[in-house]
Amino acid sequence: MSEAPKDLKYTKSHEWVRQEADGSVTIGITDHAQELLGDLVFVEAPEAGASVEAGSACATVESVKAASDVYAPLSGEVTEANEELADSPEKVNESPFDEGWLFKMKPSDASQLDALMDADAYAAHVEAES
Amino acid sequence: MSLKKTPLHAAHQRAGAKLVDFAGWEMPLHYGSQMEEHKMVRAGAGMFDVSHMQVVDIHGPQAQPFLRYLLANDVAKLKTEGRALYSCMLNESGGVIDDLIIYWTGGDSYRAVVNAATAEGDIAHMQQVAKDFDVNVEPRPEFALIAIQGPQAVEKTLPLLPEDLRSAAGDLKPFSAVWNDAWFVARTGYTGEDGFEVMLPQAEADGFWEKLKDAGVNPIGLGARDTLRLEAGMNLYGTDMDDRTNPLTANLGWTIALKDAERDFIGRKAIEQWKAEGVKERMVGLVLEGRGVLRGGTRIETPAGDGVVTSGSFSPSLGVSIAFARIPAAVDAEELQADIRGRMLPVRVVKPVFVRNGEPQIELNL
Repeated sequence: MSEAPKDLKYTKSHEWVRQEADGSVTIGITDHAQELLGDLVFVEAPEAGASVEAGSACATVESVKAASDVYAPLSGEVTEANEELADSPEKVNESPFDEGWLFKMKPSDASQLDALMDADAYAAHVEAES
Repeated sequence: MSLKKTPLHAAHQRAGAKLVDFAGWEMPLHYGSQMEEHKMVRAGAGMFDVSHMQVVDIHGPQAQPFLRYLLANDVAKLKTEGRALYSCMLNESGGVIDDLIIYWTGGDSYRAVVNAATAEGDIAHMQQVAKDFDVNVEPRPEFALIAIQGPQAVEKTLPLLPEDLRSAAGDLKPFSAVWNDAWFVARTGYTGEDGFEVMLPQAEADGFWEKLKDAGVNPIGLGARDTLRLEAGMNLYGTDMDDRTNPLTANLGWTIALKDAERDFIGRKAIEQWKAEGVKERMVGLVLEGRGVLRGGTRIETPAGDGVVTSGSFSPSLGVSIAFARIPAAVDAEELQADIRGRMLPVRVVKPVFVRNGEPQIELNL
């Protein structure tokens, strides 16, 4: 069974969101998502400064098996992309909730976070999908 | 309908395999990481459960004339007992019913190994054609099949083979086999590495698998099997060709033996007609050095019209994406454009053999 830390928020499309102390959020894909994809070979994260809309495709993760879009969980401005992933996409497989984060952003409306799922709701969603 | 299980199903579960439906069989896709498994085969030794493939024995006074009519390659080329031949089995229109390996097991006996997905149809077709010959087509579902591949495969496997086969197996030339009453050991494979394919009684499969594991042979799933064969430049039935494919457009021309004009075989007329008319497409290798992965179905833009990727993936050995593509035969450009999810990226045309015996066969411009 894949893991889903309690302190994160989740989307139905298998992104996770961590609220940071400075008001920014960090975004990645879940352990379940990386398991479905298999070994990642390319990650294309949005560039710092890009503005993204909640629900829009803003990054791509590509595995040996398939390419998959990553959807922005919130609207706002991207502040940083995880540049390590250009050379080491496998970090997403090895450490999806930590070293394998994809990008950070400043949400334009922090209340959008409330619409996301908590870990229990996400676990139930994964269960229902499989 | 429930999925069929090989005698190694429990072994896969013990090893934590991700099991998937493959042609009606529950088979391991990977045991954790497809990429690592791929590299283990290139660098050491790996083993594959290929028990879903079907063994078919052909014997009888007219076994040779039967096979010379049934298959597009010519079994008369098999001059040494145990020698193997790769061949397509064509339909009357020249399409590929299946590709297979056939061994001459001495006298009027042969042994074929056919693909899982097509096995049922293959056997029905063989038995139908056999009605006109004094020959017996006998499926042998009682075997388990294990392929052990990689630079260390032979040395790690030899001590675990039945004693009476060890020395002969060690001396086997590529594409040859030895056997006793129960086991059949061939120096063949589907990875571009040295190794064996072993047929053994189902009851012994689990024990042999575990001994191989203890000897440092890693279980490898179907995911890595696909990337290994793609790097090695080997076609996959159902993907690179099927019963509607002209084999001359699938890099299979070398397997169609037309030399003996006296030999009639199923599909010969269609092949000769295609040859006379000129083949309009050909299969090439592609390398994508940019960021992206060629996939089956990817559209390839050429000056003479569109082509299509038949098999594509990321190459774990080369670190770039590689593919087989069918393109208009007239194209002689070295660079084409691939439509990768709406973006046009340059791809280089190469001979469709990317890695053999651990060595890259193409130069990368990275």
